[in-house]
Amino acid sequence: MKLVLSIAWTHVRHRARQTLVAIAGVMTGVAFSVMMAAMMEGSQDDFIRTLVDALPHISITDELRRPSRQPADRVFAAAEFHGLIPNVRRPGIKNPMATIASLQSWVPGALTASVQSKAVLRYAGRNLTVSIIGIDPHTEREVSTLASHMRQGNLNSLYRSSHAILLGDRLAAKIGARVNSNLTLASAQGVSMNATVAGTFHSGFRATDETTGYVLLRTAQILERQTGIINEIRIRTNDPMQARLISERIGEQTGYKAISWQEAQEDLLSAITLRNILMYTIVGAILLVASFGTYNIISTITHEKTRDIAILKSLGFRDRTIRAIFIVEALLIGLTGAALGWVFGYLLTRGLASLEFKTPFSDYNHLPVLYSLKHYLLAGAVALVSSLVAGYFPARAAARLHPVDIIRGAT
Amino acid sequence: MSPPLIEARKMTKVLPGEVPVTLVADIDLAIAPREFIAITGPSGSGKSSLLYLLGLLDLPSRGDVLIDGRSTTAMSEEDRAEVRLSRLGFVFQFHFLLPEFSIAENVALPMRALGRLSPRAISQRAEELLTSLGLADHLRKTPDKLSGGQRQRVAVARALANDPPVILADEPTGSLDTAATAQVFGILRDLVLIRGKTVVAVTHDLNLAAQMQRRVHIIDGRLAQDELTHRALGASIPPGDSAGSAGQAPSR
Repeated sequence: MKLVLSIAWTHVRHRARQTLVAIAGVMTGVAFSVMMAAMMEGSQDDFIRTLVDALPHISITDELRRPSRQPADRVFAAAEFHGLIPNVRRPGIKNPMATIASLQSWVPGALTASVQSKAVLRYAGRNLTVSIIGIDPHTEREVSTLASHMRQGNLNSLYRSSHAILLGDRLAAKIGARVNSNLTLASAQGVSMNATVAGTFHSGFRATDETTGYVLLRTAQILERQTGIINEIRIRTNDPMQARLISERIGEQTGYKAISWQEAQEDLLSAITLRNILMYTIVGAILLVASFGTYNIISTITHEKTRDIAILKSLGFRDRTIRAIFIVEALLIGLTGAALGWVFGYLLTRGLASLEFKTPFSDYNHLPVLYSLKHYLLAGAVALVSSLVAGYFPARAAARLHPVDIIRGAT
Repeated sequence: MSPPLIEARKMTKVLPGEVPVTLVADIDLAIAPREFIAITGPSGSGKSSLLYLLGLLDLPSRGDVLIDGRSTTAMSEEDRAEVRLSRLGFVFQFHFLLPEFSIAENVALPMRALGRLSPRAISQRAEELLTSLGLADHLRKTPDKLSGGQRQRVAVARALANDPPVILADEPTGSLDTAATAQVFGILRDLVLIRGKTVVAVTHDLNLAAQMQRRVHIIDGRLAQDELTHRALGASIPPGDSAGSAGQAPSR
């Protein structure tokens, strides 16, 4: 092996310029692969983390997963009826406290009841349609990150006045309201009430911060004109990745629509999967192109070295030794390129992570990146394998050379 | 009489094609230890082809080549490579040294490939061989820094590296001037005289061939003449300096 290594090393060393170009190709391929993977997976992780933090892991609403069957459907199994108006259902989850108590007995995580409502917010002559969420401050802090997103006041500030409201900071700024400002809420059920701004929050999601207000459960129930109504149970599971399984079980148990965060964001998660496929395709293409450089240099060396190969074979070098020489040359290029690519890729990732930018959709001003050993190993392995393949074919051709053909033609 | 080191039996080589070309045909030849043989013949007569077949660089289309009494046509390519490495040494018209390696490294290559000696012993033997051929001052030089005659002496040293009993030389003086020719020829002759090697050399130089013990003449790929020249080795030394040649070559 030492002999093979020494001949291989001598070959690549004496073709410094070509070797450096080939190494640069592999290095660039590996570096950009590492950087792209860090960037794509970093942003993906960050996105999912934000999503998981911002949304309830499971949301149980008062809608039914399947519409209830009409009495006629139940009687005549083979018949099909059209134009029937469904039964009018009373909104809200039936026996919400009993449902919550039942779920608490087995769901691993925290639960809270809430009321989702819509209202028109009037202040200083402006009317804005906003989402009103009635919450229980005590249990809310266990389920959502609202408490940590408070800019002014806190969740307990909701108890300060009879109808207190926490506004998204962008919404407050939009209408010019401040803490202690009095505004009017008018619901679709025709209820109009005065409310006092008790605090502001900033979730980081522009849509939420511009259109959402939190009130106490009973305030939202008044707006819905229905005492005791609970139309949503939100759950924060101990393991967010188990949310889909748990939501399915809840759906079966309660009959209500229980939506996990994965289901709610299915389109986005599908887009992420598609993005990953695209990313790895591009990364693979980069490394493939880099391997062409390796193939080129090894082919060139074997072409230039046909006479040497012939003489080594005439001396008694075995085919496998000749093959090994050129494969080792390819591996030397691949290994050096991969090692330099790791360093270059790390520096590129660091550089990318330090860039500042503004996006209108969120407050993050740095690109999230993920430093993962997996990216380095994967890029290195692909670079090595592609170098190996790129080196193998010229090496095999070299080993098959018939020395007499070369010796006869040599001058 | 000693058993032959190399023996060709009805050896024929035909290049296939639309019009098959016969390079050598029905050659029967036995080469004994300590022989100094010239293979002569006109250009294109098949001299080099015969040498390549005897040296296992090529496979005969028919017939057989026996090395140390063993048939080689049935051998695997691996085994044939092993025989080339340990039992045969080659010297070509164009020295065929690896240009990126020093001459000491070039000489060490066959020993490293065989792997029977330690790195230190390989290095020592390469230096001794080169010193015995008058190249002690050039050990670390690459071949391009040497004259044609010096390069050919390096090629001889490399052929001797694994101490093979047979040296096969293809026009070893074909690209050398008169002085270098005399020097290289003297070395080859001394290999037989002093080291007890068998040297088989292809040459078109009838003057040189006449100074070798045996002359095998090839015409159109067939053995036209196989004669002993009855020349006593060393009786006539060609012009030039052959001092410090294989006479001091180390034994293993």
